[in-house]
Amino acid sequence: MKRKHKRLTFVVIALALLGTAAGLILAAFEDSIVFFYSPTDVVEKGAKPGQRLRLGGLVEDGSVKKPGNGVTQFTVTDTANTVVVRYKGILPDLFREGQGVVTEGRFEGAVFQAEEVLAKHDENYMPPEVAEAIKKSGQWQGGAAGAKTQ
Amino acid sequence: MTAELGHFALILALAIALVQSTLPLIGAQRDDAGWMALARPTALTQFLLVGISFGCLTHLYVTSDFSVVNVVRNSNTAMPMLYKVSGVWGNHEGSLLLWVLILAIFGAAVAAFGRNLPPALRARVLSVQAMIAVGFYLFMLFTSNPFERTFPPPMDGRDLNPLLQDPGLAFHPPMLYLGYVGFSMAFSFAIAALIEGRVDAAWARWVRPWTMAAWCFLTGGIALGSWWAYYELGWGGWWYWDPVENASFMPWLAGTALLHSASVVEKRDSLKGWTVLLAIITFSLSLLGTFLVRSGVLTSVHAFATDPTRGVFILALLIVVIGGSLALYAWRGPQLVSTGLFQPISREGALLFNNLVMATGAAAVLLGTLYPLFLDAVGGGKVSVGPPFFNAVFIPIMTPMIAAMAIGPLLNWKRGDLGAAVARLKVAFVLALGAGITAWVWHSDGPIFATLAMGLAVWLGVGTLTELAGRIRLFDAPAGAWERLRRVPRASWGMTLGHFGLAIAIAGMAGAGGWTVESIQTMKPGERVEVAGYVFTFKGAGAETGPNYKAIVGDFEVTRDGTRVTSLHAEKRTYNVGAMPTTEAAIHSSIRGDLYAVIGDPEGDEGAYVTRLYFNPLVAWMWFGTLVMIFGGALSLTDRRYRVGAPRRSRAGAVAPASA
Repeated sequence: MKRKHKRLTFVVIALALLGTAAGLILAAFEDSIVFFYSPTDVVEKGAKPGQRLRLGGLVEDGSVKKPGNGVTQFTVTDTANTVVVRYKGILPDLFREGQGVVTEGRFEGAVFQAEEVLAKHDENYMPPEVAEAIKKSGQWQGGAAGAKTQ
Repeated sequence: MTAELGHFALILALAIALVQSTLPLIGAQRDDAGWMALARPTALTQFLLVGISFGCLTHLYVTSDFSVVNVVRNSNTAMPMLYKVSGVWGNHEGSLLLWVLILAIFGAAVAAFGRNLPPALRARVLSVQAMIAVGFYLFMLFTSNPFERTFPPPMDGRDLNPLLQDPGLAFHPPMLYLGYVGFSMAFSFAIAALIEGRVDAAWARWVRPWTMAAWCFLTGGIALGSWWAYYELGWGGWWYWDPVENASFMPWLAGTALLHSASVVEKRDSLKGWTVLLAIITFSLSLLGTFLVRSGVLTSVHAFATDPTRGVFILALLIVVIGGSLALYAWRGPQLVSTGLFQPISREGALLFNNLVMATGAAAVLLGTLYPLFLDAVGGGKVSVGPPFFNAVFIPIMTPMIAAMAIGPLLNWKRGDLGAAVARLKVAFVLALGAGITAWVWHSDGPIFATLAMGLAVWLGVGTLTELAGRIRLFDAPAGAWERLRRVPRASWGMTLGHFGLAIAIAGMAGAGGWTVESIQTMKPGERVEVAGYVFTFKGAGAETGPNYKAIVGDFEVTRDGTRVTSLHAEKRTYNVGAMPTTEAAIHSSIRGDLYAVIGDPEGDEGAYVTRLYFNPLVAWMWFGTLVMIFGGALSLTDRRYRVGAPRRSRAGAVAPASA
């Protein structure tokens, strides 16, 4: 093979790899991107049943109930609207009433069945999506909800 | 006084770094030996000053000086000494100080041990190092001063985040930073080479040990972080494809590629431009990692409180460093002419294939990590890209590379014989097929990737051993094999162990990622639950008190076929300061897998608790495989040919380098 051909071989391999990767990425984007909804988004846009999504907001004060067998039920609010969430399993250590939370799962009827409740590592941490959802609903009170700097 | 001394030392370090970043560089351009010689003393002084600064902050922590804001926020008198010390870098400001300290250590190492580097190259390398340092000093002094005072000082501190009060995480940041910052050496060498317009085998021999050392540390740092997430977060998982994890994984992928392409530059005087570009990319990804972790722009399960204004500063730094170096590359890169011929079927061809795949993999991870940011920036809504995406993209991209990893080492440099190499892998192929089928029969309901990964692990493991056996002619001339085994160069051992360790780790990932058995329920004392053939009996929970926390400890007795296996003590701790709870999973590790128990909240009034029980197969293999990889890397560092500061003696080495 001439030098030119050899280089061509590698260019072809590189392009094939990139093409495959691009194909894989596009295919995966189709089914595995998860959109973030605030309770207001749920009310306004509506969510398809069975569609995997992330729901975030504040855990409403006094809403956490334990119907038994490891199930927790609570209400997520962005202060304008609310959604009832059910989750089976052990909640992250920093899950508390009045704190920000992000859950991932699907709607079953009007109840959001969470498969994951995202943990935070820091009491002062507020997921940016949650902060924004609350700001949008016009109830943001500066750093009061916890999005303070260190 | 200590705080002011530390602050002052930091300002002096900035001044020294400014000198170091300009004068030696100008000296090298003008061929002025006196100015070039400034690089060494300034690098050493800088190290001394940052060392003093870091020592001051450590002293403030150890003595619990609560007149300093940083100490108040991250320490407490009741904390064990280990965490008082690790608290120094368990926060934003302190971790940056650790970052510049490590940068200064690397710079000082070049200054101290780089005697036989050409003076102009050394001057340029140290200047580039100092430029990076200047950026970080400015960042610290303007936005993140760790020595800020508070008045009046409080009686006690607010405690270090309890999740960080853990031996695994005490050493995770230093390891990770040694890796990140270690790649700055490769970067500085690359920029220096671009300024000089010359890359040769000697350059590659200089870059390799630094890159190898950084790679070992980064591998260790990632593994420690993963291990910590596994036992501390109590989800039974060890990798979430979270932005913060990806941030450390991308430089690892690029750094691994760099390690391999540098050997092509050294042995074949080829792939120069690409290697220089990879060095730039690797360090850029390290900086990007810092930005992602520190700015809080992405929702991460590992997120700690962050400050967006700091993010803007790092973003600016990122643009200057990456933009500047890529512009320099575009301008000077074409001058780096490679002389070596390049056959597609050859060792260098295989290494290039590895590079292409690694780079593609890193690009895919980068895209998935940053996509939510792009989409949000263009108003496309908030999304998250999680494990389903990464598994669907990353695993298929990596599969051909793992397959090729067994073949590559069997090919010769310059011109390899693919047919002969494949013929030697017959045994590996049969065993891999057997392992795949066995795995599929045992876990026919498991995911297909686990079956595939098990086959690949055996293929790679046996393939690597085949290469070693061929090298010592184990089957042709077994009599002298032992003697030849002892004479295998350490750099080759590095390759063998690195690849073999990865094979072990892949087997572990297959088991832990694919065949985990999980059970969540409420258990009353005396109640039994069976998980994967193991019977967990809940013995009830009691209260315990630690140095700075109170805990509820749940006891489990585990039996299998009526024989006692172990007892597990899962804790749920509540720390006295801040009342923050943490989970301490109870884990019993064995070669077959981990028994893993977590206790949650109490339910009802009969002493019942929510429990989460797992059997995670082969988890220990992941940690062990990683250790083998790191050991391989460390071993190859001790090879005479790569010994830092002794590259010229290499000609006496066991394998003659292609050119010097």
